[in-house]
Amino acid sequence: MAEAHPVGFQWVMEAKLRGAKVFHVDPRFTRTSALADTYLPIRAGTDIALLGGIVHYILDNQLDFREYVLAYTNAATIVSEEFADTEDLDGFFSGYDPGTEAYNQRSWQYAGQEDTTGYRAAHEERDVAAGLRHESHGIPVGGQVQRDETLQHPRCVYQLLRRHFARYTPEMVERTCGIPREKFLELARAWTENSGRERTGVLIYSVGWTQHSVGVQYIRTGAIIQLLLGNMGRPGGGVLALRGHASIQGSTDIPTLFNLLPGYLPMPHCTHHTTFTDWVDAIRHPGQKGFWSGARAFGASLLKAYWGDAATPENDFCYGYLPRMTGDHGTYQTVLNMIDGKVKGYFLLGQNPAVGSAHGKAQRLGMANLDWLVVRDLFMIESATFWQNSPEVETGEIVPEECRTEVFFIPAASHVEKEGTFTQTQRLLQWREKALDPPADARSELWFFFHLGRIIREKLAASDRHRDRPVLDLAWDYPTHGEHAEPSAEAVLKEINGYEVATGRPLSAFTEAKDDGSTVVGCWIYTGVYADGVNQAARRKSRHDQDWVAAEWGWAWPANRRILYNRASADPDGRPWSERKKYVWWDADRAEWTGYDVPDFEKTKPPTYRPPEGASGVQGLAGDDAFIMQGDGKGWLYVPSGLQDGPMPTHYEPAESPIRNPLYGQQANPTRKVYGHPVNSVNPSPPQSHTDVFPYVFTVSRLTEHHTAGGMSRMVSRLAELQPEMFVEVSPELAGELGLDHLGWAHLISGRAAIEARVLVTDRLTPLRLDGRVVHQVWLPYHFGREGIVTGDSVNDLFGITLDPNVLIQESKVGTCDIRPGRRPTGAALLALVDDYRRRAGLTGGRPPIVTTDAPEREG
Amino acid sequence: MGVKTFIQGWPVYRQLTGTDPLGRGAAAQSARSAALTARTETADHMARSVCPYCAVGCGQRVFVKDGQVTQIEGDPDSPISRGRLCPKGSASKNLVTSPLRQTTVRYRRPYATEWEDLDLDTALDMIADRVIAAREATWEDADEDGRPLNRTLGIASLGGATLDNEENYLIKKLFTALGALQIENQARI
Repeated sequence: MAEAHPVGFQWVMEAKLRGAKVFHVDPRFTRTSALADTYLPIRAGTDIALLGGIVHYILDNQLDFREYVLAYTNAATIVSEEFADTEDLDGFFSGYDPGTEAYNQRSWQYAGQEDTTGYRAAHEERDVAAGLRHESHGIPVGGQVQRDETLQHPRCVYQLLRRHFARYTPEMVERTCGIPREKFLELARAWTENSGRERTGVLIYSVGWTQHSVGVQYIRTGAIIQLLLGNMGRPGGGVLALRGHASIQGSTDIPTLFNLLPGYLPMPHCTHHTTFTDWVDAIRHPGQKGFWSGARAFGASLLKAYWGDAATPENDFCYGYLPRMTGDHGTYQTVLNMIDGKVKGYFLLGQNPAVGSAHGKAQRLGMANLDWLVVRDLFMIESATFWQNSPEVETGEIVPEECRTEVFFIPAASHVEKEGTFTQTQRLLQWREKALDPPADARSELWFFFHLGRIIREKLAASDRHRDRPVLDLAWDYPTHGEHAEPSAEAVLKEINGYEVATGRPLSAFTEAKDDGSTVVGCWIYTGVYADGVNQAARRKSRHDQDWVAAEWGWAWPANRRILYNRASADPDGRPWSERKKYVWWDADRAEWTGYDVPDFEKTKPPTYRPPEGASGVQGLAGDDAFIMQGDGKGWLYVPSGLQDGPMPTHYEPAESPIRNPLYGQQANPTRKVYGHPVNSVNPSPPQSHTDVFPYVFTVSRLTEHHTAGGMSRMVSRLAELQPEMFVEVSPELAGELGLDHLGWAHLISGRAAIEARVLVTDRLTPLRLDGRVVHQVWLPYHFGREGIVTGDSVNDLFGITLDPNVLIQESKVGTCDIRPGRRPTGAALLALVDDYRRRAGLTGGRPPIVTTDAPEREG
Repeated sequence: MGVKTFIQGWPVYRQLTGTDPLGRGAAAQSARSAALTARTETADHMARSVCPYCAVGCGQRVFVKDGQVTQIEGDPDSPISRGRLCPKGSASKNLVTSPLRQTTVRYRRPYATEWEDLDLDTALDMIADRVIAAREATWEDADEDGRPLNRTLGIASLGGATLDNEENYLIKKLFTALGALQIENQARI
């Protein structure tokens, strides 16, 4: 955190000054470790074993916050008798289908709900990354469940957890993660001792956690701990994700993602969401509790925002205009399709996949097989110059004179040259004022897409074809200003917020959205950001002039709420758990919820409220159902449906690992997404043979002085000077073993590529002793590429493509490689080196053919 | 210069006897530094902004004089950052004023070995034609069972995490109307 989010880290230091104990778990000793009380080195890819060890410690010693757990989690809920655990099936849960490599989740359901909930076709759900749509809420379950308040029933969630994590002992943690037993116990003691009525503990992760084939389950394990310890919905608690781009939260909420529409509404699927009602019911799940019962209003109001006057109740608000998914349309599948010549055109908008995405060669070969590419950026990045300056040009795999791709580089406006909102990592929207106009041809994305849309609509204006109706009926009349006709960002923000069609009055809350076409709402979770016609995200009341919650600085979704599920900061009767941790509580005299934050509960629903028999939706939530977006109102220790890889987290080895899974016969996540395309490969892992060809573990992350793929830092002289060169950190022991010299060169080889780096010999890397064998890990920064002031090989070239099954994010935080002293060969010799490794590792397939898309005639 | 004046001119004397015991203000001032004026004071105007790098969301104050950014510094009012910026945030004036910034359109023809210049309006028009053509060539009305698809898999896009919400909103809205599904950003990576 001190490395990648230094200014956020000031709050950790602030807490430390007040007596908090800070633990840092990382494969490499970083600037965060230097400031922590205790540093725990870990083998990359084993976090579930570590966190599962904490779950085991809590349950074994009965250290859970029992009153919280009983009231607010599903610990007491009874699970189907058809369920079988990984402990019984050597690493599989019940319902696994080897044919589709996916689970039938029927047996995971709550008892009595086997036939009514869950997904029928898990592999189809995997292809559309269905897990992602649950970012703002839970997964469907029926609201009525069987419970055992004594937690003794053998099939209650509490007992299932106990059995599932029974073997995650301190000894197993040591064997699996390489963390000494004493250090593990120090962490376990501190975490549990600092949780409860009087205290809360926080878990902070950087989103490298998501870049694993079991990434979602990492975070799930953290959530289980925080629920067991009563750390959710309370001040100083939570599971905090440190996201890495200025508005990556915003670009998930208002998604430029294939499987989502704004506000986590799913992009319709061809077979599952045939009609508007199918689609809405798939979101709201009639019968379940919670606020998703408003899905029909959210959906209708979004379509009304898209298609304006053309969208009417009679035509289901033009639902038929939406494109339909049939499977995986994610970025990696798309890149493989580019290599195969199936994609004509590609837009890159402030993103540099030639350096930043896994398997750089696949990225660049994909771009080399397009008809056209549009790059919008501040600088000339590697993804714009792949045809001219790339490893493949050096090896002859891309020949400029034979590469058809037409490239447009259109300069972008910087963050100070346009106005608009970023959503930062706490869901807080902050409006940026424009300081000055962009130079020369540089324009905002708002300008580019508004005018591109305008021109396309003009060119299609005479069309009477069905396919062009969605384009021509689009509500695309934003006011513009200035010499370049810049669209009004504030007008777009008002549409995102939503308003009444008849009066233009901005909505104040998403509960005002209607399903009859009388409201427009571009993103329902953002409703309120333009309440009363005021840009709430532009609020800048100084921290000196308000309390510590700082509710008048910017605006947080939903409803300017700063801590989600904060009903849980009070006990079931609505009283604060303690004076010290008081946050939101029930004021009996005024008969309403009150506190420092906006209560995450119906304002006047008393703690004693019990729903009538059979009630659903918001009415179905009892006065102590704190987790109001969940179908049963509870925080989930056990996920009965919706996750691809199991209802409870299970330690699997990374897709590439030198170690046999110490816990189960099943080596890696059995549901991980794998692509069989010839450009892709996976280095062998036990129990496969040839694992000695790639014996070392490598992991990658950020430096303070650079940013992601380097497009905003390698081009900046101050930053380039601070971190001028690509390097690899190697422990003294490994340097000795391999004959690597400090400040000399080494090259690293995987089944995909070979890259070189300067050697930094340092005890920041610890050789790990596991089961009597030593595992060496090396670390590299992933910022380097061939353009800019400072250049170097890109470590993402070493990775293959294996994805988490829930969200289709690639495993790019851990892989295996070999390391040799000296610089890598160049040209044909470089290809020969990688081929030799591939042959020795028994990797099938060869390098992909260069497919040039069907150019009819080579133009002069 | 008398001895007394001489001694009083020493920063250490001023630090020990004056109002600046930490030696970070008046005590450390020299005749030269006393005559300097901060760029923040001479700016024509200041815009309240947000750092463009990671997602912490540190407040920035952007100072502009004569149509140029002259200073970017942390916003002390921000409850998130309390005026601090990290090395990247502190370098963001360098980011926006860098001489390496590409400010004009560049165009690479198929099979070309060099870039060439292109007018922005022409480029936009050419891109619009290419979007229409790619959509035309790859359009899918319905699947083999006649169920509607309304889409093209011939156009893809990547990026958004560094952009504004309003920009992502228009990008998604336009591409959805065009039937382009393969719209992705860093959140998938």
